Amino acid sequence: MRRRSLVIATASTALVVAAIVLLVPLAPGWERVQKAFFNGEVFWKTFPGLVKAFLVDIMIFAWCAPMIAVLGLVIALARDARSPALFPLRLFGMVYNDVFRGVPVILVIYLVGFGIPGLGLPRPWNSPYIWGTVAVVLTYSAYVAEVYRTGIESIHESQRAAATSLGLSHWDVMRFVILPQAIRRVIPANMNLLIALQKDVALLSFIGPVEVLRQAGVYKSLLANFTPYLGAALIFLAVTVPATRWVDRMIARQNAARS
Amino acid sequence: MAKLSVRDVWKSFGAHEVLRGLSLEIDKGQMVCLIGASGSGKSTLLRCLNLLEPVDDGEILLDGQDITDPDLDPQPVRQRIGMVFQSFNLFPHMTAVENVLLAPRRIRRKRREELLPEAEALFARFGLVDRMGHYPDQLSGGQQQRVAIIRALAMRPEVMLFDEVTSALDPALVGEVLDVLRALKAEGMTMVLATHEMAFAREAADKICFLDEGRILEEGPPSAIFGAPREDRTRGFLARVL
Amino acid sequence: MRLAQFTLSAAMALALGANAAMAQNDCAAGKTLKEGVLTIATGNPAYFPWVIDNDPASGKGFEAAVAYEVAKRMGFAAEKVEWTSTTFDQAIQPGPKEFDFNLQQYSITPERDQTIDFSEPYYNAAQAVLVRKPTVDAGAKPELASLKALKWGLAAGTTAPALIASLVGPESDPLLYEDTADVSEALKAGQIDATLMDLPSALYTAAVVLDDGVVLGQFPAGETPADSFGLVFEEGNALKDCANAALAEMKADGALAAIEAEWLAEATGAPVVK
Repeated sequence: MRRRSLVIATASTALVVAAIVLLVPLAPGWERVQKAFFNGEVFWKTFPGLVKAFLVDIMIFAWCAPMIAVLGLVIALARDARSPALFPLRLFGMVYNDVFRGVPVILVIYLVGFGIPGLGLPRPWNSPYIWGTVAVVLTYSAYVAEVYRTGIESIHESQRAAATSLGLSHWDVMRFVILPQAIRRVIPANMNLLIALQKDVALLSFIGPVEVLRQAGVYKSLLANFTPYLGAALIFLAVTVPATRWVDRMIARQNAARS
Repeated sequence: MAKLSVRDVWKSFGAHEVLRGLSLEIDKGQMVCLIGASGSGKSTLLRCLNLLEPVDDGEILLDGQDITDPDLDPQPVRQRIGMVFQSFNLFPHMTAVENVLLAPRRIRRKRREELLPEAEALFARFGLVDRMGHYPDQLSGGQQQRVAIIRALAMRPEVMLFDEVTSALDPALVGEVLDVLRALKAEGMTMVLATHEMAFAREAADKICFLDEGRILEEGPPSAIFGAPREDRTRGFLARVL
Repeated sequence: MRLAQFTLSAAMALALGANAAMAQNDCAAGKTLKEGVLTIATGNPAYFPWVIDNDPASGKGFEAAVAYEVAKRMGFAAEKVEWTSTTFDQAIQPGPKEFDFNLQQYSITPERDQTIDFSEPYYNAAQAVLVRKPTVDAGAKPELASLKALKWGLAAGTTAPALIASLVGPESDPLLYEDTADVSEALKAGQIDATLMDLPSALYTAAVVLDDGVVLGQFPAGETPADSFGLVFEEGNALKDCANAALAEMKADGALAAIEAEWLAEATGAPVVK
């Protein structure tokens, strides 16, 4: 039975692939599209430059991710503040999340990336790398904070009560009892955000840095050919596909462990 | 002077009045069992005693000191009053011994090595010394509740509160937890229990309180409450559960 | 320089003269997107001095005026011209186009010519170096050695990134932006010192967009490799020949020069880069 379904799956996949390979080139515009999107010569000429530009993406990602993890947690904790005296903190967390999740990343990048340096900061403090990073960190922290918050709220109230009844402070309850469980629980959701972040750091190119997306755009203008975008897409896929598979496996494992 | 005395305590959640002018005296070394239907206010009373819930009105005195004073730091009070819950007690990401050591380490500011002998002694006393390194999900329900009791005892409380600690257990595992409660009583621990274990209450309690609609309708020694209840509602309740 | 170009175009126009005269009325027949109507695309927004007030239908601005003049000579009266807009990139994608031709300062390059078709040039742009006053105060001069040390920012989709590499060869990698408006923002924010754009755009940006813009210097047209603007057509569009005939006529009879004189400020006082 298992073997039969495997055969069917293989056959139907082969059929679909064959149909695409055979039929698409028959489309009237195929030759033009092929020249503009699948140009081997252009691909090999531009690919090394794209890989080099991708290092810029990796760099930005590498310093954004830890900052987002920390700031997201701080915002989530602000939203969890329970004492009435700390209501302003809660309100701040709420407004922060609403604003930064409601505005497209690119707008924040423009506003922060051009706006703040425009106030008259001297070089190097007006660098687009700094303020672009700030913009991305601000936006993604809002999303990550929501994920953390979901995690915190998913921990049964009795855990908080049990810890509190021992005489632990609010912060100790959070730090030793709630957060270790909550953070573990939301790792898969945060991983998905990391994958999205990995793509969105490319938006920093709008305020100057020449990363892979921009580099592909330059090649495209220079060569009037879209193949460099294909190269850039392949580079992104080479990172995101394994990462996504890995997250999927982690989620599956976590679900299996819980049931 | 009573160890713990509850005077005319009121507590509502929204429009729902859960405690309606409840008063209760608990002497040192006494075991008091709270009985009554679900929703009669047993759990809420225990949570108020532990300051997990603020009371709306009335006062609670611990050794004569009003602990409901909003200016009072609740943490030292909670350290004097241990509590064990129905379920989801233990921290699942910590081993049994880490569960027990967390509060002493944070509150008494001592190192693990200094605290370990005392914790080990508690585990040994309740027959769990070989389970110290286990995670909660590797323990049976009864073992988990015993670890939860050890965890509360590690703070050397003066009063222990038990909120339906056997309700979530397999009937076969109830006995081992009740044995622990008997042992604590024998040591002279002041205890307040919300329970459905009528046989246990009858045998072990010094005083039974029947809670009805947020008040203590009837209280007295087990022989009086179980043998000759004065109130109709007490009789009705006992007829249903016995 | 201008004179040499003018003579050359005049000679070309002469050679094409006979054809052009015939082409005027029926060359474009049946070749347009919509029967009897010429659809012309430009950017949105379209910038001064190429199009005034982002309203090409007014015929005001250099490119708007050129478009109407070309249309007229192809046999389309002003009311038979319809405007549409595309982004800079849309026009150089392969595939069918939603316009008959597109003009928004497209530099003619052999690489672009493989995907789309260009008309003969309608303008030869001198490239200019645009900076802000603080940079001048800090000692920037229209000399290559001084330009190399500046932090450059350029519009990514244009030929500027390639031009700057060959003309200047800056010491640090330039930052790149979506369009010239973003480049201006980066100049204002002090994130870059200088940018390269065609002289008319640079003069406009210096005077209007920036409070303290300075056109530091220019690379004269003809010396810079390939910065001639051409009309963009879909690859293989037969209409191109009709437009070329019209352009040749306009060069021959001085109409193009007149439009240029009307809308494009001459290179006033911008020193030549040494």
